[in-house]
Amino acid sequence: MMNKSEKTALLQSASAAKEIEGRSLWRDARIRLFRNKAAVGSMIILGIITLLAIIAPLLSPYAYDQIDWGYIQEGPNWENGHIFGTDGNGRDLFIRVLYGARVSLAVGLLATAVSLIIGVTYGAIAGYFGGKIDSIMMRFVDVLYSLPFMFFVIMLMVVFGRNIFLIFVALGAVEWLTMARIVRGQTLSLRRREFIEAAHATGVSNFKIIFRHVIPNVLGPVIVYMTLTIPQVILTESFLSFLGLGVQEPLTSWGVLISEGAKVIEASTWMLIYPAVFLALTLFCFNFIGDGLRDALDPKDR
Amino acid sequence: MLSYAIRRLLIAIPTLFIVITVAFFMMRIAPGGPFDQERALPPEIEKNIKAAYDLDKPLIAQYGIYIGKLLQGDFGPSIKIRDFSVAELIMAGAPASMQLGLSAIALALVFGIGFGTYAALRQNSAVDFAVMGIAMIGIAIPNFVMAPLLSLVFGLYLAILPTAGWGDGEIQYKILPIIALALPQIAYIARLTRGSMVEVLHSNYIRTARAKGLREKLVVNRHAIKGALLPVISYLGPATAAVMTGSVVIESIFGVPGIGTYFIKAALNRDYPLVMGVVIVYAVMIILLNFLVDMVYGLLDPKLKSP
Repeated sequence: MMNKSEKTALLQSASAAKEIEGRSLWRDARIRLFRNKAAVGSMIILGIITLLAIIAPLLSPYAYDQIDWGYIQEGPNWENGHIFGTDGNGRDLFIRVLYGARVSLAVGLLATAVSLIIGVTYGAIAGYFGGKIDSIMMRFVDVLYSLPFMFFVIMLMVVFGRNIFLIFVALGAVEWLTMARIVRGQTLSLRRREFIEAAHATGVSNFKIIFRHVIPNVLGPVIVYMTLTIPQVILTESFLSFLGLGVQEPLTSWGVLISEGAKVIEASTWMLIYPAVFLALTLFCFNFIGDGLRDALDPKDR
Repeated sequence: MLSYAIRRLLIAIPTLFIVITVAFFMMRIAPGGPFDQERALPPEIEKNIKAAYDLDKPLIAQYGIYIGKLLQGDFGPSIKIRDFSVAELIMAGAPASMQLGLSAIALALVFGIGFGTYAALRQNSAVDFAVMGIAMIGIAIPNFVMAPLLSLVFGLYLAILPTAGWGDGEIQYKILPIIALALPQIAYIARLTRGSMVEVLHSNYIRTARAKGLREKLVVNRHAIKGALLPVISYLGPATAAVMTGSVVIESIFGVPGIGTYFIKAALNRDYPLVMGVVIVYAVMIILLNFLVDMVYGLLDPKLKSP
């Protein structure tokens, strides 16, 4: 599918001189995005990190919870296979960083998905119905906005114990507010458009209009914001893990590794540096991709 | 404007109430209590202690008692830190936390707006890319990574500042925590300012100002900056929240005796009144700041002015 459309794009650009050919918004955006070097580079780096995380067990002779008694908290060494060194329990840091990547990326994607589902549905309903319903729903969002949410998440973690699924839900529940606002704003401007009125006039139910006609048309800003939410969530998860409220031993995440590294920074700098570099690189890439997508989908700022 | 202010205040009160209620019940339904220990207390003693803190009454009654006392300004006693009331602990921790937070925000505003404007005025130049690249790094490196690194470089390698601690609150103990708190916000505000400044500089009223022959300096300082700062002002609310949350980590990394340190300890020890007290203080500050920000925004944005 991708290949075919790329081929046709090539063909068409070759014969562009012959006739002026209409390009869809999405194809236009894709071309612009792939012209953005920072975004393409970020996608490649993220792809590599993801791939490493997936095939992690194949890459190291050590298991992520295996203790190597001969090398406790030793620096990077290519000869014994601990290329990132070992932690205070003699576990291989390279494989632990990659397992941390699994947790961090999974939390980032899943919590963002949770926030996406809540935020888009909520925003679309508020914007579509407008009037009283809209003002009540958005007032509620305003109220939630001014709550010190991190404190609630911290309390939630303390109260219900450290549970990875709870992290997904809690972070998703925190991050949906902005998404709801964006979608609501877009929907408000859509709902008086002719195609919505036409759907209405032909008797399509409100529910169907929202999911078939409204939501597909607000996807642009939603995708941009989604790309910017993922690093936000990863950062928050690391923050919680750093405080000792994230995933539990022997599992790990970048936040846990950074927190362990920060404690022994004077003696074993590598224990902080490697996970920190991976975390920063990932956040960096997601932000660049988000910026690139925004420029690609909304070219007015260039 | 006045009616807007009143309406905003009226929302703030139920918001605060929701915070208190949710926090109260969340803490209480948690498994485990403040008196769980390795060696269980004799039942009679535990009963007496619980009675002293009203923990033996039904939940709703406890809630009523708590709200009643709160309305009189009584946060109750801390359960774990004996002989101290929550109010005393908060008063003891607040100065340090406030100093860090306010200085960090001030620093973030000055440098963020400065760098952002500087980059915007030289849009797409090497300077612009450099500033924005550094800002991106500032956003991508979380403050709990930056803090130990700063402490390592300035405290250990260069040995010009203390690695951690508070001393008697001398300035050299405050520098690193403030910088660690401010850096991500500087980066964010710089990006925000640059974005909106670029947009404003292309707008019609700036073209008019230039066309009537104003010097570039005046155009920027008198006309452009006012419009460009609107997004920054509305970001101040979230920024405060971020700085406060960040200070929880920064305080514990640098060993600052502030409210943030109490919060983590109290939550882990189930010191109910202290957790509640800290959450309420933070909530009040965030709500208050959001209110102020909205007011300033209303004054600056001509679109919101009533005719």
